[in-house]
Amino acid sequence: MKTAIFTHSKLNLVLLLLALVAPFVLYPVFLMKVLCFALFACAFNLLLGFAGLLSFGHAVFLGTGGYVTGYLMINTGITPELGILAGTVVAGLVGALYGKLAVRREGIYFAMVTLALAQLAFFFYLQAPFTGGEDGLQGVPRGHLFGVIDLSDNLQMYFFVLAIFLFGFWLIQRTVHSPFGQVLKAIRENEPRAISLGYNVNDYKWVAFIISAALAGLAGSTKTLVFQLASLTDVHWHMSGEVVLMTLVGGMGTLFGPLVGAAAIVTIQNYLSGGELGNYIHIIMGAIFVICVLAFRNGIVGQFRKVLKQNF
Amino acid sequence: MATFLGINLFGLFGQLLVGLINGSFYALLSLGLAIIFGLLKIINFAQGAMYMLGAFAAWMVLNYLGINYWLALIVVPLAVGAVGILMERLLIRPIAQEDHLYSLLLTFGIALMLQGTFTHVFGSSGMAYAIPEALQGGFKLPFMYLPAYRAWIVVASILVCGATWWMIEKTRLGAYLRAGTENAQLMQAFGINVPLMVTLTFGFGVGLAGFAGVMAAPVYSVSPDMGSNLLIIVFAIVVIGGMGSIGGAILTGLGMGVVEGLTKYFYPEASSTVIFLVMVIVLLIKPAGLFGKEA
Repeated sequence: MKTAIFTHSKLNLVLLLLALVAPFVLYPVFLMKVLCFALFACAFNLLLGFAGLLSFGHAVFLGTGGYVTGYLMINTGITPELGILAGTVVAGLVGALYGKLAVRREGIYFAMVTLALAQLAFFFYLQAPFTGGEDGLQGVPRGHLFGVIDLSDNLQMYFFVLAIFLFGFWLIQRTVHSPFGQVLKAIRENEPRAISLGYNVNDYKWVAFIISAALAGLAGSTKTLVFQLASLTDVHWHMSGEVVLMTLVGGMGTLFGPLVGAAAIVTIQNYLSGGELGNYIHIIMGAIFVICVLAFRNGIVGQFRKVLKQNF
Repeated sequence: MATFLGINLFGLFGQLLVGLINGSFYALLSLGLAIIFGLLKIINFAQGAMYMLGAFAAWMVLNYLGINYWLALIVVPLAVGAVGILMERLLIRPIAQEDHLYSLLLTFGIALMLQGTFTHVFGSSGMAYAIPEALQGGFKLPFMYLPAYRAWIVVASILVCGATWWMIEKTRLGAYLRAGTENAQLMQAFGINVPLMVTLTFGFGVGLAGFAGVMAAPVYSVSPDMGSNLLIIVFAIVVIGGMGSIGGAILTGLGMGVVEGLTKYFYPEASSTVIFLVMVIVLLIKPAGLFGKEA
């Protein structure tokens, strides 16, 4: 199979060029939203697509990152890169705690445990004094990157967000292609066999969970800076469902799928919320779920790859 | 005011009753989930939406068709069960051979669609449903006031759960079901119509949620998100109990309701999270769940 035109490195290059040109053509805030959700979905897909673990509570990590960054930016006046770092680390720590509990069960129990743990966090954030309750944290300052670059400029913010996304995406690619990632795949394909080969399966799952949670936190922290808002929406189970949908639409277990899926879903949501169909948004999201599961399980990228394989 | 060791008994028994009522709904929903899981090995994420559908259906048949509560208690679960049967045949059956995660996502999508539809049509504020006349009022007990409808919820739920348990554990039909849970292929080979059994089981499990919905209509406001909030708690309860046993699902549901009620009395701040915390403890001590069989 010589599909040399579509090697990963070339595709990476083309996408990178597109991303560099995009903010001069499209609205930068929209693009930043896509990048944040794409990073969120890629982080989620590391767990679902490559370790076979369906987390139905990933919004917790997105929201935790957002709250921590938002709180620090408002109250301490630290620089944005430190704010984001703090959000990522705390999300990773919560991930370490939740992951340790969740990997004790498998399959659909894993999904139920993560959903329930996420709801626990939701109630915590609802009642905690530092999250602003129903209002959330509003007016989070974007600050100056390294104390120098003013991020309130949307274009400069965009390139910062792009850099963060590329870092996250690179890390996920490296993880997937590392020996660690290969063991994860082995666990996904045949867990008893991986155990019999001497791998401590639960530890592998746990580490994958932590990486995924931290990167989801990174996405949430960045998103909070972009929209200058951290709210309960980001920790609600709806958000956990949305990231599943993005990954499903794009193609789970593919590297670029979540990126494509996030772009598709964010575009649809933006389009719907502007028009008359805004009231139907949940119905339409539900319908996309049902259609994807019934007829389009490979997702956009998965399907594209399949067609390529068959025809070239 | 009656007190014992400094505890306000009125308040305590009141919260215990609320806990038992919540527990009745937990039991009905987790029982439905457990029955469906036993045979189909899938988790019905739309179980909460079906409960919501049951409550709305009760409201609609009363206001549009004039069908009263008692009739609704029979008609609505059948109707919701029929919706479940259609769902199983048209949507779940085609992907039965795929990874079970897909069926979970499918039912999640269905839940979103149902919830979205009802929000769109009825708004999210919720509708009131009057308590049937025969069950208005209450009894004055020495230590508390017991509203008749609330007592009815507990009694009726325990009866329905008990009857379901008896049917599954003690009758021939239930024996088929249990055998199917162990090995569906072998059952098929013995000439049992397994596909039909699967469809009816799914319909029954979903019908239980519809029944719970009708029961809930007079005590909770009938609103589109009533199901999703409840379902997440029920998931935690299913993890606590493990889905291996029918009796276990019922007992865990009721028990967790009582735990929640007690927490509401002694430490109200934790009442919305206590069940999740119990889940965490159970995961640490006995990951398979209190009644779970698998390792």
